[in-house]
Formats: sequence, structure tokens, C-alpha cells
Amino acid sequence: MFNLNKNKLITLLKVQYSNMLEYRVEIALWAISGIIPFFMLNIWTNNNLNESINLSNVMLSRYFLSAFFVRQFSVVWVVFTFEEDALLGKISPYLIQPLNPFFRYFAQHIAEQITRLPFAMIIALIFFILNPESTWIPSLGIFLLSCVSTFFSFLIQFLIQSIIACMCFWTEKASSIERLLFIPTLFLSGLLAPVVSFPEYIKSWIYITPFPYLIDFPANLLSGNNTNVMSGFAMQLLWIAALFPIFTKIWSLGTKKYTAMGS
Amino acid sequence: MVESIIQVANLSKSFDISSKKPGLKGTLRHFFKRETKSVEVIKNINFEINKGEIVGFLGANGAGKTTILKILCGLIYPSQGELSVAGYLPYKRRSNFLKNITLIMGQKQQLIWDLPPIESFYLNAAIYDIEKFEAKKRIKKLSDMLEIEKELYIPVRKLSLGQRMKSELLAALIHKPNILFLDEPTLGLDINAQRNLRKFLQIYNRETDATICLTSHYMKDITSLCKRVICVHEGCITYDGKLDKLLKKISPVKDILIICKTDKDAKELSKSGYIIKNKNQKEVTITIKKDTIKSTLNKIFKSYGIEDIFINEPPVDEIIGNILVKEKV
Repeated sequence: MFNLNKNKLITLLKVQYSNMLEYRVEIALWAISGIIPFFMLNIWTNNNLNESINLSNVMLSRYFLSAFFVRQFSVVWVVFTFEEDALLGKISPYLIQPLNPFFRYFAQHIAEQITRLPFAMIIALIFFILNPESTWIPSLGIFLLSCVSTFFSFLIQFLIQSIIACMCFWTEKASSIERLLFIPTLFLSGLLAPVVSFPEYIKSWIYITPFPYLIDFPANLLSGNNTNVMSGFAMQLLWIAALFPIFTKIWSLGTKKYTAMGS
Repeated sequence: MVESIIQVANLSKSFDISSKKPGLKGTLRHFFKRETKSVEVIKNINFEINKGEIVGFLGANGAGKTTILKILCGLIYPSQGELSVAGYLPYKRRSNFLKNITLIMGQKQQLIWDLPPIESFYLNAAIYDIEKFEAKKRIKKLSDMLEIEKELYIPVRKLSLGQRMKSELLAALIHKPNILFLDEPTLGLDINAQRNLRKFLQIYNRETDATICLTSHYMKDITSLCKRVICVHEGCITYDGKLDKLLKKISPVKDILIICKTDKDAKELSKSGYIIKNKNQKEVTITIKKDTIKSTLNKIFKSYGIEDIFINEPPVDEIIGNILVKEKV
């Protein structure tokens, strides 16, 4: 079904990276538009809300900077591009190639993340200049684990959106379903507030959803806050393992419904 | 012995299509209760295509030609019937099957818009597991044949439609497919570009013995490339056979341009009961049945002062245009 090998993957990444460099200004603007964690940091520190969760100002700053980084490298938009391509029949040439078209979108996302890297670094540098007390260098081990968990976060979101994207074989406006997930993702992922700040009875429910593993877990890992590394990774892998077969099944059912519209 | 590469038996395809009545009432009704109906766009068709054949699919808009091509290349699932393309069930989209075929749609593109075509060619080469060295060789050969060596390094968005179409063709042929499905490949191209593309397809077919299934509204594409045509009308095959046989069958008449010696001769000839197609001073064009040419001309030569005559086949466009709207050929 997937027919991916190293050569295909590297070529896909190289070509998509060249393509993304054509949109570098747009990507820089997207990177800048992702500074919502810094606004949240400002609200938290100005209102001394961090005291309620026993987190120092410095640790909170590091958390929100990490959240910014995790968000930069786990943004997913496949549902919108796939929906347009499927409805206009643009995926037709790719469907009859010996490579699942989703790899093209996957490579586009990775290429976009690589293009975002320098802009994200510049924003981080400015953040450290403005908040020198928050400067820290994580150990290599922590850094690598954070990279892995950020990639897993990206994978979970990519799979969720891909499943929703495949719905357009039935509903045509699958992106509307994705909007239903926007609010829980925004509030429960840790983008606006660390999940630890939620009341206990809500927390116990949140931790069985995929949301806290999208930003909160990788951001806590990177910033050096208390987090259960083993259970975090276990939950991320569990969600990937649960979502992947759903995606393959819905893809296989959906392509049977494909009518190659627009041509 | 000629090897059959495409077999289609009792193939049908239906689509569910929703309809909406106009106006506010229709909109509200459509919002609460969607009315869908199943439309059979391909109806129980049968045909076989041999290896190396170039077959043209003829039919009016919406006749079902493109749907047949989409089913044959595995893009859409058939509703019922049996089919085999290169020994595979196309809709299973097995990797070995996909490496054997290609689909080119005149109005769809696979090249990456903001990058030069060469990037898409190397990407396709990787997707089809072609070594870089071999890919380079093929790109060189195909770009020479298509005369687009200079355009390889220019972003696709900057290319003309003709250059883009040639690049699309190169991208679609880099894996040396044995079966080409071409859906209006010359759409929007100028006359020279159309001619070059046809020439290229003839050479490709001769050199590789590839099978080509083609739809086009440009009759020149059909007449210069296809010996065999399949006529499709409302999802049914109304003719499957040689193009020249079809033309003879459909058009048992010839146009004869007669140049009279005087205006008076021309005037009398035009009033003598023949089917007059055109009249211009001393020139009269009449349409007569092929089997009466000799006797009719004898009669005309005896009765009128004739300076010259020209016997022509009616234009192919005109003949084929007529059969596109016919239920039976």
C-alpha cells in the first residue's frame, strides 16, 4: 500500500524542501503567527497565576517557549490541502503512482518544518534577549527525547487530520469536521495553559485523550518540568498505533468511492 | 500472434448524483432532504485492445469516454463487470500494474507548479524506482524527442501551455509505461504543438510498441494516430472497428467541385436536382453517392460546359461530428 523506501523519501524531502523555499516569506509569517504561547506567558506572569501551580516564572517562561517550539514543528494542515486536491481531482495523477499520495503531504510538512527552523531560532533568540533569566540549554538526552516526542506529536496530528481528510470521499467538506477538534486542541493540548493547571477531576480525563501529548508533554520534557516520560511516550505510541490502522482502513474504503471529479 | 493487453467484459459504472431545484424553496428542501439518484454512465460495455494498438475513443461530452479511461487505469472502481489490464485488476492499484501504465489528462497537471520540471522528473524517477543514472538518460532522450531541453530548468509556472504539456508527457513517460491513457492530450495547444505531440506519440508507439488509448475532440488527433476507434454514446459502445471502415460506412458520399465554363452553366447545374453543397459564381459543389459517381459525371459532362472537376471526401470532422450524436453507427 505504501511502497516507500529510503530513496523515495529522500528525493521527496529534497524536492518538497526546494518547493517550500519558494514560499519562505509565507513560512516566516506563519512562524511569527505562532507566537500565541508568548501572549499566554504574559497573561500568566502578569496575573501571578503560576503560583497556583507551583511553577516559577522562569520555568513557566521555559514551558511556553518550549510550547512555541513544539507547535512550530508539529503544525499540520493536510486536511485542507488534501480536501482541495481530492475535490478538484488534483490527486488523480498521484493515485496511479506506486506511492501513497499522503507521503507527498507528509514530505511537504517535514520540508515546511525544516524551512521554519531558522525563523523559530530567531524568535527564540529574541525571547532570550528579552528574558535572559529564562535562558537554558537542555542536556543532549533531553533534547533528543523532546525531538522524538515532538515528532510523535506531529504524527498523531497528521494521522488525525489524514483520517478526517479521507472523509471528503463521502462528505466533500471534511475540513468542517476538523474544526470540531480545534477547540479541544487549543484548550487541552497545553498551548494556552499547562495541563497541570487544570482541576484534578478534569485532568484524569484529559490524560486519556491524545491532546496533552500534542504540546504539553513534549514542552514539559524540553523545558525540564516534571513529567512522566515513560507514560508520555507510551500514550503517544498508543495513539499512533490506534490511529494508523484507522487511517489505512478509511483510505482503502475512501479510494473506492473516489470519482476523480473535476476532470 | 497478436497479444490482447486490455480485456473488458460487461463493464458498468454508476454514480450517485444529487440534484437541487432552483430557488429558495429548492435550497431549503435540498438542505433537509438530499435527493440523489444513481446514474449509469457506462452500460455493459465489451471490448479488447491488443498490444501496440492505438485506439481512439470517440463520443460527445458526457458520453463516458473519460470514465472508461479512468476505470482502465485504476483511478475509479467499476460498479460491475470484468476487466483486465496487462494481466491486472486496475482498481487494485498494484505497484507492478502502476509501473506499467500512465494517464495524461489535458486539463490536469502533476508537475510541481513553482519548481522547474526537472525536479518533478527526478521525483517521478524515484517513485518508480529508477536509478538516477538511468533517469538522467531517459530525461535526456525524451527531452530531445520532445524538444524541451531548454525548458527543463525553468519553473513550470513560467512555461507556455505547449511546453508544459510536453513536460507533463515527459513526467508521465519517464518510467517507460507499456500502456498510455491519454485524455485530451492536445487540449488548448496550438496547431504546431498539436502536430509535434502527435508526431512524438507515433514515434513512441513505434519504438516501444506501447498501447495507447486516446480521447480527443480534435479529429486530427484521431485520424492521424488511430487506426481503430471505439464510439461511445450515452455509456454504450456504438461502434468498435477500423476508422476508415467507419468513415466509408458513415459517409457513402463524395463532394464534387465542378468548375463550369460559364455562369449560365453553373446556374443551370445548380437547378438540375443534385444536392448542392455550395455555389460560388462558376463553381458548384454537389454531393453524390459514391456508386453513382461515374454515371452522374457522364451526364453532367454531356449536359453542361465543364472546365474542371475535383472529387473530395467530405471533411472527417463533419462525418465524425455526425456520429457522435448517433445512437447506432
